[in-house]
Amino acid sequence: MTSEDNARQSTATRPSLFLERQSYRRRRLSDAARLLPFLGAALIGLPLLWPDGSAGEDAVPLSSAILYIFGCWGALILISMFFGFVAKRFAAREDTETDEWRH
Amino acid sequence: MATLNVLILVCLGYVVLLFGVAFAADRMAVAGRGKWLRSPLIYTLSLSIYCTAWTFYGAVGNAARSGLEFVTIYLGPTLVMISWWWGLRKLVRVGRSQRVTSIADLISSRYGKSNTLAICVTILAVLGGTPYIALQLQSITLSFSIFAEADSSGLYREGSSVFWVAAGLAVFAILFGTRNLDVNERHHGVVTAIALESVVKLFALLAVGIFVVWGIAGGVGPMMDRIDASEIGQWNVDAGRWTTITFLSAAAFVCLPRMFQVMVVENDDEGHLRTAAWAFPLYLLLMSLFVVPIAVIGLDLMPEGSNPDLFVLTVPLSQGNEWLAMLSFIGGFSSATSMVIVTAMALSTMVSNHVVMPIWLSTQEGSGSVSGDVRNIVLMARRVSIAVIMGLGYFYFHLSGGGAALASIGLVAFAGISQILPALVGGLFWRGATRTGALIGLSVGFFLWIYTLLLPGMGGGVMPASVLENGPFGWGWLRPQALFGIDGIDPMVHTIMWSLSLNTIAFCVASLLSFPSPLERLQGAQFVNVFDHSVAPQGWTGSVGQSEDLMIMTQRILGTIPAQVFFQAEALKQGGRGRLPEPTPGFLVRLERELSGSVGAATAHAMVGQIVGGSSVSVEDLLAVADESAQLLEYSGQMEAKSAELSRTARQLREANEKLTQISMQKDAFLGQVSHELRTPMTSIRAFSEIMRDTEELSAEEKTRYAAIIHDEALRLTRLLDDLLDLSVLESGQVSLNLGDSTLRTVLDRAISTALAGTDRKLEIRRSLTSERMPLQTDLDRLGQVFINLISNAQKYCDAPDPILTISAHDVGGQVVIDFIDNGSGIPPEAQSMVFEKFARVGFDKAGGAGLGLAICREIMQRLGGEISYLPGQAGAAFRVSLPLAHKQAAQ
Amino acid sequence: MSRKVLLIEDEPNITEAIRFLLTREGWQVETHAEGVDAVQVIVAENPDLVILDVMLPGKSGMDILRDLRELEGMKGLPVLMLTARGQSRDREMAEQAGVSRFMTKPFSNTEVLTAVRDLHAQASRS
Repeated sequence: MTSEDNARQSTATRPSLFLERQSYRRRRLSDAARLLPFLGAALIGLPLLWPDGSAGEDAVPLSSAILYIFGCWGALILISMFFGFVAKRFAAREDTETDEWRH
Repeated sequence: MATLNVLILVCLGYVVLLFGVAFAADRMAVAGRGKWLRSPLIYTLSLSIYCTAWTFYGAVGNAARSGLEFVTIYLGPTLVMISWWWGLRKLVRVGRSQRVTSIADLISSRYGKSNTLAICVTILAVLGGTPYIALQLQSITLSFSIFAEADSSGLYREGSSVFWVAAGLAVFAILFGTRNLDVNERHHGVVTAIALESVVKLFALLAVGIFVVWGIAGGVGPMMDRIDASEIGQWNVDAGRWTTITFLSAAAFVCLPRMFQVMVVENDDEGHLRTAAWAFPLYLLLMSLFVVPIAVIGLDLMPEGSNPDLFVLTVPLSQGNEWLAMLSFIGGFSSATSMVIVTAMALSTMVSNHVVMPIWLSTQEGSGSVSGDVRNIVLMARRVSIAVIMGLGYFYFHLSGGGAALASIGLVAFAGISQILPALVGGLFWRGATRTGALIGLSVGFFLWIYTLLLPGMGGGVMPASVLENGPFGWGWLRPQALFGIDGIDPMVHTIMWSLSLNTIAFCVASLLSFPSPLERLQGAQFVNVFDHSVAPQGWTGSVGQSEDLMIMTQRILGTIPAQVFFQAEALKQGGRGRLPEPTPGFLVRLERELSGSVGAATAHAMVGQIVGGSSVSVEDLLAVADESAQLLEYSGQMEAKSAELSRTARQLREANEKLTQISMQKDAFLGQVSHELRTPMTSIRAFSEIMRDTEELSAEEKTRYAAIIHDEALRLTRLLDDLLDLSVLESGQVSLNLGDSTLRTVLDRAISTALAGTDRKLEIRRSLTSERMPLQTDLDRLGQVFINLISNAQKYCDAPDPILTISAHDVGGQVVIDFIDNGSGIPPEAQSMVFEKFARVGFDKAGGAGLGLAICREIMQRLGGEISYLPGQAGAAFRVSLPLAHKQAAQ
Repeated sequence: MSRKVLLIEDEPNITEAIRFLLTREGWQVETHAEGVDAVQVIVAENPDLVILDVMLPGKSGMDILRDLRELEGMKGLPVLMLTARGQSRDREMAEQAGVSRFMTKPFSNTEVLTAVRDLHAQASRS
C-alpha cells in the first residue's frame, strides 16, 4: 500500500486530532518529494547561465563546475534518501497502528 | 604481459562465475531461501545495467572531448529516479497489475491490446537496440585490441574478433536469457548475476579512478589543479546539448527495453523504488566521479591521437599496472555482457510475443484451440530473435565502420527509443490518448529519427552524401540534418527537437480527432487511475464447456503443473468441487493476465478470444468508462442484478404455475377416472343387494346369480384398489426391488402358467426356448407381473378366431429384448400412444381391469432400468419389453 | 298400454339390474351398449323414456343428448342420465345439454323407480 493510500485510510477511519496531524505531515512530505525533481532540474540547468568564456569574461574553471555539479547531485541524493527513510518509517508506523486497531 | 589467451581464459572464467551465481540464485529462489535476492539493494544494482560499456569506456572519451557534458547522461536518470513519486511508481504499479512483459506489451495493453502498436514498438526497440549492441561489440573489440597490441603472438585480427565476440555474446545471452522455462517468472538468477556485474564494474572504475587521483596525480588538490590546467579545463558546454541530452537520457531511461525489464518486469516490490530513488543516483554519481580525472590524466599521459574511449584501460597499462588494467577490462566486459543479456532478453520477449506468436496464432486460426507445445515455440522464437538481434548489431558495426565515437552511437540509440515517450507518458496520464494517436505519433517520430539520425550516421553507403548536402531530389528544406532550413544546430539536438516535438504533436492531434474503442477506454481508465482501482476490465463472457479447451491451451503455455494448480485454485475460489472452473468473466480476466505474463497482453487476449469467442465489453464496462463514479457503477450493478433476479423469479413462478395447473388438471382427470371405476362396481353391488333385500319372490337360481354378480363386482373393486395402491407405490419410487438371478425362460414359464390359469378362452403361445436361456438379474416377481399382464391382455383382447401369442427374445447390444406379438387386429394407431396411460382401455371389454395394467407395467420397467413400448407395424398387438442383460443396479 | 324404456349402458351388470327393476314395474325394457349409434337407436326405438349413461364407448352420453335434442320431436323426450364420475361439473354440463333428470351412481333402486315414474307422469301430462 502506498503512503498516500495509508494517509487517506487513516483520516477516513480514525479522525482523531493526533492522526490528522500525522497524515497532514505525510501529505506535505509527499508534496515536497514531488517538488524535488523541479529543484533538481533548476540546479542542473543553472550552470547554463555561467560564463563560458565566449563573451570575453573568464570562464568558470572545470574544477568548480565539478564541485558544483557533484555537490548538487549529492544533495539531491541526500534529500531523496531522507524522504525515502521518512516515508518508510511512516509506512511502518501506519502498518503497526492499523494492525493494533484491527486486533 | 597478459596474453590474449589469458584474457580469453579470464573472460570464460568470469562467464562461468556468472552462470554459477545465476544458477545458485535460482535454486535459492525456488527453495524459498535467500530473502536478500528480493532486497532493494539487488533491485538497485540491477538498475545499473543502465551503465553499459558506453559508460565504462565512453564516458571518459566523452569527457576528454566535451568536458562535463557526459554527466548529463547520468543526470537525466537521476531526475527520473528522484521524481519516482510522479511517474515510476505509477509505471511499476501498472506494469505489475497488468502483468506486462515488456515496454511494447505495456503500450499495446494501454491502447486496447493492439498488436499493431506492439509490433511498431518492437521494431522501434530492435532498431534502437541495434546501434547499442554494436556499441558493446565495439567496446569489447577495442579493449581486446589494446591487449593484442601488446601481445607478441599476433594472433589477433580485428574483423574476425568482432564476429566471435558477437557470436559469443549471442550464445551467452541465449544460455542466460532463455534458460528459464518458466518464462513468466521473474528471473532471479539473471538479476542477481547482473547485480554482481554492477558491483564489479563500479569497483573496477573506482579502482582506476583512485589509482589515477592518488597514484598518479597525488591527491585531490593536485588533481583539481591538473583538471583546471588541462585542455578541457574550462566550463564550456553547448546549452542545447546539455538540456537535450539530459532530457533524452531521462526519456531513454524509462523507455529502454532493458531498463523496463529490470525496473518494471523484474520488480518484486513497489517499495524498492523508495530505496532505488536515492541509491541508484548514488551509484551513477560514483560511476561518474572519476571520469574527468581519468580523462584529464589520459590526455596528459597518453600520446597524441590515442583513443580517449580507452583511457580506462590504457592509462593503467601505460603505468605498468597490468592487474588494474585486467580489472578494468573485466569491468568493461561486465558492462557489455550485462547489457547484452538483458537487452537480448527484453527484445526477444517482445519479438516472440508480438511478432512470432501472432503470426503463429494466425496460422492456427479456425482450429478452435491451440495445438502443439506453445512453450517450445516461445522459447525457440526467443532464441532465434536473440541471434537475429546480435546479427543486426554486428552488421550495424560493420556498416558504420566502427569508427564513430562510443558516445554518439549510444545517443543514436537513445534518440530512437525515446520516440516511445509521448505514447507512454500520454498513456499513463491522459485518458484521451488513443491507439490511433499513439500509432501516428510513433510513426512520425520513428521516421524522423531514421531519416535525420540513423541513416546519416551509418555512412555514405546507406545515405548518399548528396542527400545529406542538398536534401532528397535537391529539396534543400528536407536536408536530413537541417529540416525546414533550420541549419547550424547540433545533429543530435536537431533530431530530438524535430522528432519528439512532431511526434508529440501528431500524437495529441490524432488522439483528439480519433475515437477509442471500448476496450481502449477501459484500459485507459485502468492505467490512468491505476491507484483508484487496480482491477482488470471484465472483457469476457464464457460459456460452459470451454474450460477444458482453456485448460489445454494454458498447459501448453504455462506448463502442466502450474496450469493445473491455477485452474484448481480458480475452481476452489468459485466453490466448485471439480478440477475445472466455470469460465466466468473474472476467471477469464485472471487467466488472460496469467497468460500475458508468458506471451504478452495482445497475444493472450487473442488466444483466450479464440477459444471463448468474440470479445464482449458489457454495458457495465461501458458505464465504467462513461462514468468514473464507483458508487454509480455499484448501484447500477445492483439494480441490474436485482432486475435480473426479479425476472428470473417471475419466470420460475410462471413455470411453477404452469406445472401446478397441469398437475391439477391431471389430478382432476385421475380422480374422475378413479371415481368412475369405483362407482361402477358399487352401483351393481348396491342395486343387486337392494333387489335381493326388497324382492321377496326371487327364485333360488336368481338369488345365486345375483349373489355371484355382487361377488364378482366386489372382486373387481378389490383388484382396482390393489392396482391403484401398486401404481402409487411404483410412482412414488418407494418400491423396493427384490433382486434375484434366473433365466428368462423360468420367468416366462411361471408367468404363462399364472396368466392362463383358470381361463376358459384358449390362447396358443409360441416360444423359442433356445433364445430364452439368457440370464437375468432383476426383480423376478415384478418382471413376471409385466409378462402376466401382457399375456392376459393378449388372452382377453386378441380378436382372432384362433388367438396365437408369439414370444421371442433377442440380445441387442447388452439388452434383453422380448417381443409379445399376437395375431389379432392390434391397437388402432391413434390409441397406440395412449395404451400406457392410466385408465386407457383397449377395446370395449371391461371385464379385465380398470385400465391400469399397462401403466403399472411401464412403471415397473422403469424401476427395473428397462422399458416397455408398443411395436407398431406388426400383424397384431405387439409389445416390446427390454431390460439390461444382467441388471446390477441397486434398488432406487 | 305398453311403456317402453330404452336403456343405454355399457356395464352389463347394471343393465341387468335396471332391466329387472323396470320390468317388474311394467316397462318394456330395450337395451343398447354402444355410444356411436345411440341417437339412431333412440330414433328407431322411439321409447317413452331414455336412461343414458355418460361414459359410453365411442361417444359420450353428453354428446348423444346434445345431438338428440337437436332432432325434431325429441325435445320433450324424458332422458334420465346416470353418471359414475360424480363431479358437479358433469351435472351442469348435462343440464345445459337438456337432461330431464341427473343421477349419480351408485343409486338406490327406489330413487331410480321414483325418477322414472315422475318423468313418465310429467311427459304424459304435457
